[in-house]
Amino acid sequence: MNRSPYITDAPTVSIIMLKVLLALVPGIIAYTWVYGGGILVTLSLATITALVSEAILLKIRQRPIRPYLTDLSAVVTAWLLALALPPLAPWWLVVVGTFFAIVIAKQLYGGLGYNPFNPAMVGYAVLLISFPIIMTKWPAPLMLAQTKLGFMDQLQFIFGNVLPAGVKVDAVTSATPLDYLKTQLMLKHEVTSITQAPIFGIFGAKGGEFVTGAYLLGGLYLMQQRIISWHLPTAFLAALAAISLAFYAVDPAHFANPLFHLMSGASMLCAFFIITDPISGPTTPRGKLYFAAGVGVLTYLIRVYGGYPDGVAFAVLIMNMCVPLIDAHTQPRVFGHTK
Amino acid sequence: MNSIIQFTSRLIRGQSTSTDVHKFNGGVHPPGYKDDSTTRPIGTLAIPEKLILPLRQHVGYIPKIKVHVSDHVLKGQMLAEAEGSVSAAIHAPTSGTVTAISKEVIPHPSGLPDMCITLTPDGKDTWATLQPVDWRNTAKKDLVASLRLSGIVGLGGATFPTHIKVRADGKSHVHTLVINAAECEPYITCDDMLMRERADEIVKGIEIVQYLLGAENCVIGIEDNKPEATIAMSEACKSLANVSVKAVPTLYPSGDARRLIHLLLGTEIPHDKRSTDVGVQVFNVATVLAIYRYFAFGEPAVNRIVTMTGSVNSPQNFEVLFGTPLQSLITAAGGAKADTTHFIMGGPMMGFDLPTIDVPITKAANCIIAATPDLFAPPPPAMPCIRCARCADACPVNLQPQELYWFAKSDNFEKARDYNLFDCIECGCCTYVCPSNIPLVQYYRYAKSEIIAADKAKEAADLARERNEFRLARIEREKLERAQKHAERAASAKTDEPKTEGEKPANTMAADDAKKAAIAAAVERAKALKLAVAHAEGQINNSQEETKATPAEAQSHTNESAMAEQAKVEQAVTEQAKKDKQALIAAAIERAKAQKLAAAQAGVAPKNIENISATVQAEISEIDAIREKVKQTVDAKNSD
Repeated sequence: MNRSPYITDAPTVSIIMLKVLLALVPGIIAYTWVYGGGILVTLSLATITALVSEAILLKIRQRPIRPYLTDLSAVVTAWLLALALPPLAPWWLVVVGTFFAIVIAKQLYGGLGYNPFNPAMVGYAVLLISFPIIMTKWPAPLMLAQTKLGFMDQLQFIFGNVLPAGVKVDAVTSATPLDYLKTQLMLKHEVTSITQAPIFGIFGAKGGEFVTGAYLLGGLYLMQQRIISWHLPTAFLAALAAISLAFYAVDPAHFANPLFHLMSGASMLCAFFIITDPISGPTTPRGKLYFAAGVGVLTYLIRVYGGYPDGVAFAVLIMNMCVPLIDAHTQPRVFGHTK
Repeated sequence: MNSIIQFTSRLIRGQSTSTDVHKFNGGVHPPGYKDDSTTRPIGTLAIPEKLILPLRQHVGYIPKIKVHVSDHVLKGQMLAEAEGSVSAAIHAPTSGTVTAISKEVIPHPSGLPDMCITLTPDGKDTWATLQPVDWRNTAKKDLVASLRLSGIVGLGGATFPTHIKVRADGKSHVHTLVINAAECEPYITCDDMLMRERADEIVKGIEIVQYLLGAENCVIGIEDNKPEATIAMSEACKSLANVSVKAVPTLYPSGDARRLIHLLLGTEIPHDKRSTDVGVQVFNVATVLAIYRYFAFGEPAVNRIVTMTGSVNSPQNFEVLFGTPLQSLITAAGGAKADTTHFIMGGPMMGFDLPTIDVPITKAANCIIAATPDLFAPPPPAMPCIRCARCADACPVNLQPQELYWFAKSDNFEKARDYNLFDCIECGCCTYVCPSNIPLVQYYRYAKSEIIAADKAKEAADLARERNEFRLARIEREKLERAQKHAERAASAKTDEPKTEGEKPANTMAADDAKKAAIAAAVERAKALKLAVAHAEGQINNSQEETKATPAEAQSHTNESAMAEQAKVEQAVTEQAKKDKQALIAAAIERAKAQKLAAAQAGVAPKNIENISATVQAEISEIDAIREKVKQTVDAKNSD
């Protein structure tokens, strides 16, 4: 019988996922430097939860466990969620979010390849809606904090919600720039005076912008390795820059400049790691441009007009819903066809 | 905007923006392994002890056997003649005795036996009287008729009868002849070696084909991994003003006819047209050489160059007589190494597993690869599709393989057709790049065969319905006629003319019967041809060479017989009309019906129903067998 082709040359799913994890490493290093070693604990917690819940669900669904655990897709989901959560998030928050991402958003839809929504973003959205206070309370970067927590202190806080004697919560937390900007604008302050606050860095958040820059580096590596195509990050960043530029140009007193938006919040993580999830995204080149531009615009609108400080998760989930439509209407011209 | 995107895309991918060739989407770069078999010159084989010649070695109708068992034949003598238009003759590759006409296993993916002529050589290799043709001073029509006797078919693997491709269809003028020497599949080097060693003869063949087609220009497309062949060909065609050699990038599947035309000329053949519709005809380099040998020396198709490579001790190209047992070829290449598990015919991208080692070399056999688990590791278990769209990036037709896979897997065939499944050339690029190891092409083959089978079933049902309607109409008409006869009889009894009474109805009935038979025959033929056309279309999709000619060719060929049929019906009707005024009305109705029928099946009716029906039946069971196997594989994959 005819079973050609007999030869293949493709990285396996495991290799692709491994490279995504590798590309996250610079970001994680920067993150550790800015916020302390607690993120490593969060990452480990998420990874273990993801692997255990994936294994249990595979067992229940009577699927082979080994090939699906070693495809590393669960680990990627776990890491993305962990990096999106506030640093020093309590352990149960990480576990609940990861569990939801893997079990509900991925396995119950049919496992790898069948989830219509980005599992990490589903986990994030569920946590954000269920525990809005914890999810929006970010610790200050170590360089700004009045009291710097050591690794053991962070560990205690994550697992026991205990701070060292004499340290108050306010001493270790601060508003994120996106959040601060929003609340200050509501108090009728202008952007130029708001951004004088110490939490603002050169482009975005002080400290946070280094993490964002490291994500950009990792993303470029993924593009160089041809794991992701240029369409998604480019269109996302361009759309985000374009819409923020439009608002900024009209009213610079009340709208932050494009660079701030590009370098703040989860912009870069979203551009290179979140919307580039192939399973929940579109497949056609033109569809990728529309999808990513849609996420960019929605992210901006939710940031500026929505009730949450960052809009990435909801923007991604909304655009995930549009993927079948986008794919159907962006079919490329087939060779020898006029349209 | 689009051009900016394309440019940026190329920049990022690191591709050049060369304007010399016109790139197609995607393509892949499999390792070539061509050096293995190009270190030695083309070798020859001793005449084997027996030759097994399958009747089916080409696309189209099987030829009619002209010899009997125990006949002694000379080398080059015709053993079977082309039947119908799309068919090719079979000749004796050497002198000897016909020892069997029987079903043998042929080199086909199905592994099913088919009719073969077995020839036991006498070792003398005596040529029959050969008749070279002075092609410059012969009418083109006669040259085409002569080619029909040559047994030459496309040697690039498509095996489409060559005389069809040089025949003027009177519609479009072919201005450019493209010589396909890309040889883009890994391992295969038969065309490469042929060009290195026999460039002069190839160029002489090009002259003939250019003359036959009336093509002003000729472009020879060679992948740039064959510098020796490129130099040899450039040298050989230096004196010819309108023949040029163009190197195309080494990018599989540049040897696919439509891709090659696009690369060389920038012309994108519309999906529903043939290349000749835009004035381009494609010939494989070896086919052109065979045409030269035929006209210059009168030698019909009796041998070809075959690459014997892979896990053999000395990979090499050989000039092999058709019908030579594969074993002889393997022996000539130093024997297969110990870890050889099976043999692949064709390249590793589009070839297939030979069912057994006991198969003969046929006109389609461009390459035989001795396969080992090391060379072609069994694919790891398939993982789910992660929609990474690498397949879409690699697809030279710019299809969306991941969508087609989804539709084929869920038996959503209508959707698969909407997404242009039938534009898929089954080149295997999608499978080649799939991170999840999904056997994508097998899903497409499965979906195609399912759709073709469903279409056939639908056609058969339509035909049955038409027949039934026709039958009901006939019964109704006969009733009317009987009533008419009674009325006439009653009338004539009154007018007292008993003599003519008996004759009239008898004549009417006879004419009626003739008409019925003629119409039934027309219906029968139409049905058979529709099936044949559908079958031919199925085969075309597999071919790398330009073969879109089949259905339309078959149509134009059968137009004549359909018209003759109609004329016959009309004649019968006219005769009847003379006899009886009443019958004239019935005849008019009848004629309208017959015309309607003929119009509905315009251009469909073969010449030899029996043969075709048998062929088609065999084909159907073959497809069923393949489908069953594919289904099993797919099921097996799914159960993982």
